[in-house]
Amino acid sequence: MARLTIEALSKYFGDQAALKNVSMQVEDGEFVAVLGPSGCGKTTMLRLVAGFDAVSEGKIAIGDRIVSGPGTHLPPEERRMGIVFQSYALWPHMDVEENVAYALKVQKVATVERAARVARALETVGLTSFRNRRPASLSGGQRQRVALARCLAMQPEIVLLDEPLANLDVHLRASMEDEFATFHKRTGTTMFYITHDQAEAMALADRIAVMDHGRILQFAPPSQLYREPANETVARFIGAGMILPGKLAGEPANGRVAVDILGHRAVIRCGPDHGAQGPVKICVRAQDLAVDRQASDPLSARLRRLVYQGGHFQADLLLENAENLPLALTLPEPCEVAPGDLLPIVLRDGWVVPQTDVLA
Amino acid sequence: MMLGRVRPGLFRQDQITLILLVLLVLALSVAPLVRLVGEAIAPGGTFSTAALQRAWNSPIVWVALRNSLETSFGATILAMMFGGVVALAVTLTDLRARNAFVFVFVMPLIIAPQVMALAWLQISGPSSALLNLLGLAPPLGTKNPLYSREGIILLLAVEYSPLVFLTLRAGLRALPRELIEAGLASGASKFTVVRTIILPLMTPSLVAGMALVFVSCLGNFGVPAFLGIPGNYLTLPTLIYQRLSGLGPGVLSEVAVLSMFIGSIAIIGILVQDIMLRRRDFRVATTSIAARAFELGRWRLPVEITLWAVTLFVVIMPILGLLATALVPAYGVPLNAKSATSQNFAYVIFEHAASRRALVNSFTLSAVAALIVTGISVLLAYFLVWRKSALLRWLSIAAEMPYALPGVVLSIACILLFLKPLPVLGFSIYNTVWILLIAYLARFLVLGLRPVISGYHQMDRAIEEAAQVAGAGFLRRLVTIILPVVAPVAAAGAILVFLTAFNELTLSALLWSSGTETLGVVVFSFEQGGESTAAAAVSILTILVTIGLALSTLLFHHKLPQGVLPWRD
Repeated sequence: MARLTIEALSKYFGDQAALKNVSMQVEDGEFVAVLGPSGCGKTTMLRLVAGFDAVSEGKIAIGDRIVSGPGTHLPPEERRMGIVFQSYALWPHMDVEENVAYALKVQKVATVERAARVARALETVGLTSFRNRRPASLSGGQRQRVALARCLAMQPEIVLLDEPLANLDVHLRASMEDEFATFHKRTGTTMFYITHDQAEAMALADRIAVMDHGRILQFAPPSQLYREPANETVARFIGAGMILPGKLAGEPANGRVAVDILGHRAVIRCGPDHGAQGPVKICVRAQDLAVDRQASDPLSARLRRLVYQGGHFQADLLLENAENLPLALTLPEPCEVAPGDLLPIVLRDGWVVPQTDVLA
Repeated sequence: MMLGRVRPGLFRQDQITLILLVLLVLALSVAPLVRLVGEAIAPGGTFSTAALQRAWNSPIVWVALRNSLETSFGATILAMMFGGVVALAVTLTDLRARNAFVFVFVMPLIIAPQVMALAWLQISGPSSALLNLLGLAPPLGTKNPLYSREGIILLLAVEYSPLVFLTLRAGLRALPRELIEAGLASGASKFTVVRTIILPLMTPSLVAGMALVFVSCLGNFGVPAFLGIPGNYLTLPTLIYQRLSGLGPGVLSEVAVLSMFIGSIAIIGILVQDIMLRRRDFRVATTSIAARAFELGRWRLPVEITLWAVTLFVVIMPILGLLATALVPAYGVPLNAKSATSQNFAYVIFEHAASRRALVNSFTLSAVAALIVTGISVLLAYFLVWRKSALLRWLSIAAEMPYALPGVVLSIACILLFLKPLPVLGFSIYNTVWILLIAYLARFLVLGLRPVISGYHQMDRAIEEAAQVAGAGFLRRLVTIILPVVAPVAAAGAILVFLTAFNELTLSALLWSSGTETLGVVVFSFEQGGESTAAAAVSILTILVTIGLALSTLLFHHKLPQGVLPWRD
């Protein structure tokens, strides 16, 4: 059993809180990504889970075994976790094979089995022919594959990945993502993946925990994060969401509700138990907005800039109404409008953000 | 707030190691100095200012103090000019054969000061072949002009110009090229850029170099011992030496006061540097690319010839003079194909008992000290770099002290600490080889420590964490992961320690006893006894070993961080 339980976890550095009362549960075999900007506490969390740092409050359990908690701290060398580091952390004085075999040697795995496991791991990541090379003579992608093979050979209960793609070229990332996904499928290992890149998190994870300022803002599957952000910060962070002020203009029914946004009426999605009256925040994305010259009550926005993005334009607009809010939408090519034009904008879709904000 | 404890009641390997290291540094670095201060203000355990007053009222102490300050200030100014100009020329311009030049220029730093002084004596006296050739030799029977205040200043400047050179060069290398290029782009000439941009930004390096040279001159024993004692020009270190060797341990509380004296001046020098640097902001945004060299154009060859000529004259010529003395049967006999002999070398290696012992002693002591220091350094640097804490910061300062303070301070402190029989063990290590070893360990610890620290800084800590995750405990990680990676810097540190210990005189001059002579002591007593040819022969041997070892590092220098080996550019 390798369920990872994090309960009421806090970490202070001096009087600075890096993590504040964080709880989450990663199920056995689940792929969870922790997503957030730098300084949000995600690296602190990884180091606590790995055992490099002691927790200040709360506890961490792997399966039924408490590894960190009040009065307990199991050192990293006894946690049996695999870690894939951002810097790969390959041992420069050992060749690829020795790197992969190291943990097995430490754990006194018998020579025959060790050789077999190392060979299998190298084969899985496609590096068999590189087994006698030193890390210095490998490319970035190959080094990360060695790091992965090192994990694979260890057969750990949990694999922690610390921004493993951050040092790689863009074109290498896709193939490494694929590698991680395959690894997860083959081994069924619980994966705990730290990243600041939402595309990466979305592509790989079963669930994503969005973090900021040492707290978890939302912990949900990727599509739910995108379609139903729990709060304004998540709405803005994921998929470049825009927040518009609005008022409920009817009773929610079947997950939809009529809203009034600065005089424009639209029917959009909302949570099942959304009953609040009065002002609400509405999350819309570029593809939810459209230019509609027939609309009776459109939002009126002035086009400031067109950015050509190959096949379509991104249009940056400013709402003309008192608020002067920026809006962005995509316009197909060819495009007949020019900067300075006043455009009638309507909402095709949107989401009523349930909470105002957790970060007060 | 309590952090989670590690399996309560059980000490882990790394904690035990750390405790042992703390105790070791306390014993080596802190205990002798505490004992020294204690002796100076409370000789024999009771507080008394008698020793202080005696020193205060002694005219000879004031003369020695004045001499120490005169020579130190004079040499500092001279070294700043010489080392500074060379650093600017070597770093900023397109000189050729830079590696070879740097190697020769910093040689005085690794050759013992007393050997350099002896070498200069060979080419400056009435019988100097060079001066006779030029018709400049002083008339026979007159005193060598180097036996003077000016001679000491000159030799100290030769010895420590490389220190200025190295600090300034490191500073210049960290200077972002944009700052220089922006100056040139604004229309300033190269000379104006040097004067108005580069030199002001180099204030920290210059001040640091100045303080370093001043403190080194103040503590130098070899140069004033060879050049000052014959003319009765005493500095504080040579005064302490004379008192102690003339009168024995009875004057210990008096020389303790003198050591405190010289130690305090050194500390003032370091503090002044600190204060001067705190007043202004010299931080520069750094880039990784070094500035493009200024092209000297048609001045390149003349500048190269000048620099080489001066350096060859200052460093190589005296050594050749020394070699000439080592090869003649008696002092003053001119060297030619007929007079050349190897009998001096045979004499010092095989015949002279003390000299023979000294070769063995110096080799063994230096090698053992280098090994132990390296061992301590690899462990200590691990904690200093990767487990930062307030305790460790103090520990690193403590480890620096015995090297930052003048060598005589440590010598006197060691005598005080080890004169009486050790508690529990019941015997005294004074007058044995062990007191020398302990003094070497204390003084040269930081020489081994610094390269290893810079090695750890260059290492990605994740490689240790990866081993930890793989299940390896502290000692296993140390042996299988860390040691192989820091091995090159540890080796460099070991060589630095060996070379410095091998060439040292300051500690052994006060701590040696019959049977535990070192090479420095033997050269000193040969020269004092008028056996200049034997002194020259021993000196040439030490130079050969020193340069040979320094050159051997070229085999693995590409694995070292920049700045670890002073002689490697």
